[in-house]
Amino acid sequence: MSDAIFARLRALLGTSGVDRDVHGVARACPDTSDALSLVCRLAHEEGWKIRVEGRGTWLPPDAPADLVVTTRALEQIVSVSPADLVATVQAGASLEALRRRLADYGMWLAVDPPGRPERSIGSVVATATAGPLRHGFGPVRDHVLGCTVATGDGRLVNAGGRVVKNVAGYDLTKLQVGGFGGFGIIADVHFRLRALPRADVTLLARGARDGLTSAARELVSAHLLPGALELLSPALAAESEWVLAARFVGTDAAVQADVRRLGSVGEQNWSPLPTDRTAAFWSVAARGSLGGPITLRLGVLGDGVDEAIDLLSHDLDEGLVSAGAGLGMIRWTGDAPVDQLRSLRRAAAAREIPMTLERAPWPVRRALGHFGAYREGVGQIVGRLRDTFDPGQCLSVALEGADNG
Amino acid sequence: MNSFLLDALARIVGRQWIRHRPAELATYAMDGLPTRESVPGIVVMPGNPHEVREVVRLLHLIQVPFVARGAGTGLSGGALAEGDAVLITLTRLNRILRVDPVQRRAVVQPGVVNARLSEAVAPFGLQYVPDPSSQAACTVGGNVAENAGGPHCLKYGVTTNHIASLEVVLPDGSITRLGSDQGEPWGPDLVGLFVGSEGMFGIATEITVRLEQIPESVRTMLADFTTVRAASEAVSSIIAAGIVPAALEMMDRACVAAVEASVYAAGYPTDAAAVLLVELDGQIDAVAAEAQTVQDILREHGAREVRSAASPGDRARLWQGRKKAFGAMGRIAPDLAVQDAVVPRSALPQIMDQIEEIRRQYDLTISNVFHAGDGNLHPNISFDRRNPIVAARVQAACREIMAVCVAAGGSITGEHGVGSDKLDYMPWIFNAETLGAMRAVRRVFDPAERANPGKVVPVHACREWHAVKSARK
Repeated sequence: MSDAIFARLRALLGTSGVDRDVHGVARACPDTSDALSLVCRLAHEEGWKIRVEGRGTWLPPDAPADLVVTTRALEQIVSVSPADLVATVQAGASLEALRRRLADYGMWLAVDPPGRPERSIGSVVATATAGPLRHGFGPVRDHVLGCTVATGDGRLVNAGGRVVKNVAGYDLTKLQVGGFGGFGIIADVHFRLRALPRADVTLLARGARDGLTSAARELVSAHLLPGALELLSPALAAESEWVLAARFVGTDAAVQADVRRLGSVGEQNWSPLPTDRTAAFWSVAARGSLGGPITLRLGVLGDGVDEAIDLLSHDLDEGLVSAGAGLGMIRWTGDAPVDQLRSLRRAAAAREIPMTLERAPWPVRRALGHFGAYREGVGQIVGRLRDTFDPGQCLSVALEGADNG
Repeated sequence: MNSFLLDALARIVGRQWIRHRPAELATYAMDGLPTRESVPGIVVMPGNPHEVREVVRLLHLIQVPFVARGAGTGLSGGALAEGDAVLITLTRLNRILRVDPVQRRAVVQPGVVNARLSEAVAPFGLQYVPDPSSQAACTVGGNVAENAGGPHCLKYGVTTNHIASLEVVLPDGSITRLGSDQGEPWGPDLVGLFVGSEGMFGIATEITVRLEQIPESVRTMLADFTTVRAASEAVSSIIAAGIVPAALEMMDRACVAAVEASVYAAGYPTDAAAVLLVELDGQIDAVAAEAQTVQDILREHGAREVRSAASPGDRARLWQGRKKAFGAMGRIAPDLAVQDAVVPRSALPQIMDQIEEIRRQYDLTISNVFHAGDGNLHPNISFDRRNPIVAARVQAACREIMAVCVAAGGSITGEHGVGSDKLDYMPWIFNAETLGAMRAVRRVFDPAERANPGKVVPVHACREWHAVKSARK
C-alpha cells in the first residue's frame, strides 16, 4: 500500500515532492497551495488517511495515517508590508524566520507561543497556542487576518483577507485558528503586525503563589498595561519559588511610565531582568512546555487561577505551569495517564473551565480528544462542520476523542 | 401572510406585539441604507428569550423564513425581510442581566443599546469599547450580527474581540451556548464564527461581553492639513513610530463643511483639505509623552495647527462632530448613501484621488469620513432618491468606488456587512470555492436557509459543496 501511495504522490509532485517518514510512510511535501490541494484531493478520492505535519516540533508524528502531508516546503514569507502592518506567510515557515524577517522591517508579530522558536506558523495557528503576550495583545485569533486552507477533499478556501478590518462574508478564519487541523490544512496565513517595540523590559517577583496572583490582580487594577503578566511554576522557571514575570513592551515613554508605577503598587519586590537576558528568559519559559509529553490549557479567568492550579496539583501534579496571572488561562505540561487527564477534564468542566489538550501522544489524543465532550448542541454543529470541510474524514485529527471524555 | 400564522404568533407574544397592516409594516421596510426597501410579511416583537425561541420553533415547524432585527440602523440592507418572511424585532429584549466588574464581563440581551451598556458599566470604571457611530441607537445584538466596529476599534479591536460567549437560538428552534465567559471556547471557536454571520446562523438571545477599564488618561488632538495625502502620510508615520492611538480618524473638506454648517459644529477648520482626529489613551505619563511625539509627527507632515482638547467638554465636542458627521450630511440632501470599504493604509492617498475622480465623473456630492488608522473608508454620497437618474448614478458610483478599493487589495466592507447591498461584490474578493464554503457553513446552522435569506452569499456564484453524510452522532 505504502509503495503504491508513494508512486502516486511522486507522479503528482515529482521526485523532490515526496519522501518517507521514519516509519516508512509516504510523505508528500507540496510547495504550493495548489499542490497541497491536489494531494488532499487524491487522498480523498482514494480514501487515504492524512497526517499533517509542520516542522515536527510540537505534536508528535504519530497519528495513524496512510500518508503524511508536511508543510515544510511551504516555507516562504510571501510578503511583508510595513506600511500596512500586514504579512503573508506560508504555513511551513518557522516563527523564528518570520520574526527575523519582520525585525529587518522594524515590524513585530506579538505572538509568543510555547515550544521551540522553529515551530511552524501553521502549527501555532492551527493549535491557537498563545503565549504570555496574550495578556496585552490578545490570543492568536486576534493576529490572523485571513488564511488559505486546503480542505480534506482538496478544495482551496480563502478565508478572511489581507486588510486589518474586514467583515465581508462569514469569518471562516476563526474556524481554522485553533481548529487543530480538523477543518483543513492551512497553506498560508495573513498576519496583522505591529511596529517593533522601542522598549522591552521584564521584571520578576518571586514568592508564594497566592501572593503573586493577588499582586497580579492589583497590578491590573492599577491601570498598568503589561504585554505579559505570567506566573511560572518553580519547575518551569527553574527557581525555588513561583515567579511572576511582568513584561512591558511599547514606546519608551509608555514602558518607563509603567515600570515607574510598578514599584508603587503592592508590596512585591520587583527586580528587572538585564536586557541581554530578557529574550533568553522568555525563550526558556516557552521551551519549558516541551518538558513533558503532554501539554494542556485550562480556560480560566484571572481570579480563578489559584483554584485551577490547585485542581491541577490535586489531579495531576504542579509540574510545568505557566499561567496568565492577570486575565487568566493556564498551560500545564507534564505526563499523566489518560484516566487522570479524563478526571481532570471532568473536574474542570464541573467548574465551567474548558480544558484543551494542546499536545500529547496519539493514544492520549485519540482517547481524550483535543476538546473532549462538547456542550449540548455544539457537538452536532462541530460534526457537521467537519463533514463539510473533510467529507471523506481523511484528516487524522482527534478533536472529540474516542471516549468523549 | 395567512391568519393562522398571525394567530399563532399572537399566542406567543400577545397581539399587541404583532404588526401586519401595511402602514405598520412600512416602518420596517428599510434599515439605514436608503437605496433598498422591502416590506416584511409580519413583524413580531418577542419580549424575552423564551418567546424568541417559541417564535423560531413555530417558523421552523411551518418552514417560514425570518429575519432578526435590532434597531434597524444597519447600513447594508441586512435587516430587510421580503413579504414571505417574518421580521423578528429584538428591541424589547433590552435588559442588562449582569455586570461582573471584577471579571470585567457583562451579560446582556440583544436589544440593549450599545451606548446604554457603556453608561451602565461606567460607574465601575469600565466601558464596552466597540463604538459604532450609531451607538446611541444600535443594539448589541445587531453589533454581534454585523461584527460592528467604530473609531476606537483601531486599538481595541472590533465586536468579535469583545464577545466571550453567546446563547443562541438556531433556526430549528434549538438553543445552544457557544464559547465560555473566560473566552476559551469549549471546542472550535464557534463564537468567532457566529459573530458577523449577519443573522444567518441564528439569533443571539444572551450575549456575554468583555469590558475594558476606562483609561486613566485620554488626549484628543485635532490636526488640519492642506492635502489629504499629507494627512494620510502622517497617519502612517504615527503607526510606524510604534504608537497605537485609541482612534485615528480623518474627515475631508466636504465632510468638515457639512459638520460645521450643522448643529454639531465642532470648530473644525473649514478651509482644510483634511482634518485628523487623533486620540491617545493609557497611563497619564505615557499619554503625555506620546502626545508630544504625535504632535511632532503631525507638524513634520505639514499640519497647520494641532489642537489638543483642553477639557472633557472640548473632547466631547471634537468627537461629536465626527460621530454625528453622517447626521450633519443630512442637511445636504434628503438621502445619504453611507459606503464602507477597506484598503491597505498605504493606498489611502491614491484611493482618495480615485474617489474624487469618480465624484467628478458622476457629478455627485461625496463627503469622506473614515477610520484612517485601519484604512476603513466611508465615502458618503448625498442625493435625492426620488430622482431616479441621480439614484442610478449613485449606484454606479458606489460600484466604481468598490472596484477601485478591491483593485488596491482591499475589502468591500470593514464594518457594515454585506447584507443585500454588497452581494454582487462578493465574487470580486472570494472565488466560487470560498463562496461555496460559506454557503455550506451556513447550511450547518440553517439547512433550509430560512434565517435572513438572500443575504451575504450570492448563491449563483457558489460552487456547490456536498458534504458526505457520515455516521457521526
